[in-house]
Amino acid sequence: MPHITRRSLAAATAVLLGATALTACGSSDSGDKAGAESGPVSLTYWAWAPGMDKVAALWNAKHPDIKVTVQKQASGDDLVTKIITAAKAHKAPDLVQAEYQALPTLVSNDALADIAEEVHGVKDRFAPGIWQQTTFGGEAVYALPQDSGPLMFFYREDLFKQYGLTVPTTWDEFAETARAVKKKAPKKSLTTFSANDSGLFAGLSQQAGAKWWTFEGDTWKVGIDDAATRKVSDFWGGLVAEGAVDNQPMYTPAWNKALNTGEQLAWVSAVWAPGTLTTAAPDTKGKWAMAPLPQWNKGENATGSWGGSSTAVTTDSKHKAAAAEFATWLNTDPEALAALVKESGIYPAATAAQTSGALAKAPDYFANQPDFYTRAAQIAKTTAPAAWGPNVNVAYTSFKDQFGKAAKAKSGFPAALTAMQNATVADLDKQGFEVAK
Amino acid sequence: MTGLASPKLREAAPATGRTPATAPGVSQGPPRPRRTALLPTTALVLGALYCLLPVAWVLVAATKADDELFSTFTFLPGTGLTDNIGELTGYRDGIYWRWMANSVLYAGLGGALSTVVSAFAGYALAVYRFRGREAFFNIMLAGVLMPPVILAVPQYLLMAEADLTDTYASVLLPLVLSPYGVYLGRIYAEAAVPMELVEAGRMDGAGEWRIFLRIAVPMMAPGLVTIFLFQFVAIWNNFLLPFIMLGDDEKFPMTVGLFTLLKQGASQPALYTLVITGALLAIVPLIALFLLIQRFWSLDLLSGAVKS
Repeated sequence: MPHITRRSLAAATAVLLGATALTACGSSDSGDKAGAESGPVSLTYWAWAPGMDKVAALWNAKHPDIKVTVQKQASGDDLVTKIITAAKAHKAPDLVQAEYQALPTLVSNDALADIAEEVHGVKDRFAPGIWQQTTFGGEAVYALPQDSGPLMFFYREDLFKQYGLTVPTTWDEFAETARAVKKKAPKKSLTTFSANDSGLFAGLSQQAGAKWWTFEGDTWKVGIDDAATRKVSDFWGGLVAEGAVDNQPMYTPAWNKALNTGEQLAWVSAVWAPGTLTTAAPDTKGKWAMAPLPQWNKGENATGSWGGSSTAVTTDSKHKAAAAEFATWLNTDPEALAALVKESGIYPAATAAQTSGALAKAPDYFANQPDFYTRAAQIAKTTAPAAWGPNVNVAYTSFKDQFGKAAKAKSGFPAALTAMQNATVADLDKQGFEVAK
Repeated sequence: MTGLASPKLREAAPATGRTPATAPGVSQGPPRPRRTALLPTTALVLGALYCLLPVAWVLVAATKADDELFSTFTFLPGTGLTDNIGELTGYRDGIYWRWMANSVLYAGLGGALSTVVSAFAGYALAVYRFRGREAFFNIMLAGVLMPPVILAVPQYLLMAEADLTDTYASVLLPLVLSPYGVYLGRIYAEAAVPMELVEAGRMDGAGEWRIFLRIAVPMMAPGLVTIFLFQFVAIWNNFLLPFIMLGDDEKFPMTVGLFTLLKQGASQPALYTLVITGALLAIVPLIALFLLIQRFWSLDLLSGAVKS
C-alpha cells in the first residue's frame, strides 16, 4: 500500500512518516494544549468553495473558544503552489481546502499534518474509495473528505426520444449511440472528447481500473499507459478518429453554445454538472436527465470521479487538535453538511449526508428528475479508488498538450498516452523520487 | 492626416523599410505613389483593431445577463448591465469595492513611492560622479531585464523572514524600488536637467536639496509623471506578487480578487458575468487617470532653461 514520503526518505523511514511529521511540529502539540486552556484559539482556513464563510460562521457561533476565519482563495493548481510556498516559509494557514489529486503533492512537500489521532473514528462516515484518497491506503490521515464528484452520464431526454435513442449502459452501446446520432443528424454529436479536461480522463480511467501512481517499497510506479487507461484512450481516440464524437474542448463559449442549442446531446460529467449546465445551457433547463455512467462490461457497476476536495490541517498549524476538530465538524456534522450543500452547493462526501434532507430535492435544473440525488447516492457508492501521485499537475499538463494535438489531428491516442507516461516518469525522476522505469 | 502626414511617412518609409544603401537614391527620385502609405496605415489599423476588439468585447459582454452571455450574438449588447453592477456590489457584502480600494491604494501609494525613489536615484545617477556609479547602474539595468514574476517567490520568502507576509506592506515594499523607474529617471534627468543649471544653482548658494527640489524636480516633472503612470498601471495589473503575498481576501487587489471570483470550483454556476463586469469596472480608473494626467505630458521637456 502506498505511503507518501519525502523524496529523500528511504523505505524504512517511510513507515515512520507519521511519527516524523509529528516530531517536526512537536511544538504544535504543546502549543495547542496551551491554546485550549488559555483563551480562544484563532484558526485561518484557505478555501475556495462559495459561501464557506457562512458555514464557518455557524461554527463560530457555537464555539467561542475556536474562531475560524475563512480566507477565500481561487481553486486550482495555483493554490497548491501557493500553499507549498507558504509552507516553505512556515506561513501556511491552519486549514486548507485541497483537491484529492493535490494531496500527494502537498504531503510530499511536508505541507500537511497527519491527523489520524485527532479524527479517530470518522473513517466509516465515508465511502472506502473516497477515504483511501485522503489516507493513501495507510494509517496516516492527511485530510478529511469534503465533497466528491462521482461520474455520471447526462443526456438530453427530449432529443434522445426524438431520435429514438436509448440510454447506453455500456461503452459499446455508447459508441453505437454516438454513431446513430451522426447517422440521424450529421450536424450533431453525442458529445465531445475534450483534451482540456485531464480530470475527466483520469476519472474515466479510474472507472476502468487504472492505477496511475502506485508506491511500493520506496519506489513509485507510474501506470498511465497501463491496460485500463489504454482501453479508455483507444476507445475515445477511435470515436474521435471516425468522427462519431466531436473533438472540441469543453468549457468554451462554443461548447456552451453546442449544449444550449442541442448540437451536443449528452455530457459525461460528474454530480456537480447541474451547476455548470445552468450557466452553459440555460435554455435547455428541465430537458436533461441523469443516468449511471456506461460500464465496460454488462453487469458491472463502477464509476470514477471528477473533482472533489478535502479539508486538511497544515504542518504549520499551532493548533492541530482544534483545527482537526473543526475539520471533523465541517465534514461529518449534519448541520454543517446541510449548510455546505445550501451555501456552497457541494455534493458531500459523507455518505449519510448524501441521502439527508438537504439533498431531498433535486437541483432546480433537474426538476424533471425528482430522484436525482437518490440515484446519485447509489452511484457515488460505486466510486472506484483513485491512485494519485506527487506530480499529477505534470501528467495533467502533458495530457493537455499531447491529447490536444492528437484530438485535433484525429490521429488516435496511443502515442499521446506514451508521451504522457514518459513525461510523468521523467519529472518524478527529476524531482528526486525513486521511479520504476 | 492626408496633407501633412503622408510626406512624412514617405520619408520615414525608406529609413525603416529599405536598406540604407538604396535609401538615398529613392529619396532623390520622383515622389512615390501614395499606396506606400497604405501598407503602414493598414498595419496600424489592424493593430488598433487587435488591441481594441477585446476591450469592445468586455464592454458588450458586461451588458449581458447570465442567460444572454453565451446564447446571443457576441457583439449584440444585452440588457443586464445595471443588474450586473448591482449583483457585483452585492456579492459578499460588496467585497469587490474593497478590492477596488485596495488596488487604488497599492497602485497609488506604490506608484508614488516608487516615483520618489526613481527621481532621487535617477537624479543622483545623472548629476553626481561617484565611485561605483556605473556598476550600480548596470546592476539596475540587469534588474530591468529580470521579469518581476521570477522575483515574486524569493520576495515572499524574504517577507516571511521579516514576518510581513499577508500585510499591505508586503505588497507595497517590493514595488518601491523599480529598476525600470530608476533607469527612466536617470535618462530623464540627463535630458531635462542641464548641468549648467545645477552649477548655476550652486554658484547662487543653493544647497543640493534645494537644487533638486526647486530646479530639477520641476524640469523632470513630465518624466516623473511617465514613471508614475508606468508604475501605476504595472501595479494595477500585477497579479503574482499579491497572489503569493496575501492570504486574507480582504487585502486582495482587484486582480487576485476577480481570480477567486472566477475560480470557485464547479459546485455552483460560474459567475462569468460578474467577473466580466468587474473587469470592465476595473479599467475605468485607469482611463480616468490617463485623461487626468495626460496634460502634464504636453509640457515641453526642455522649455527654454538654457540657450545653447
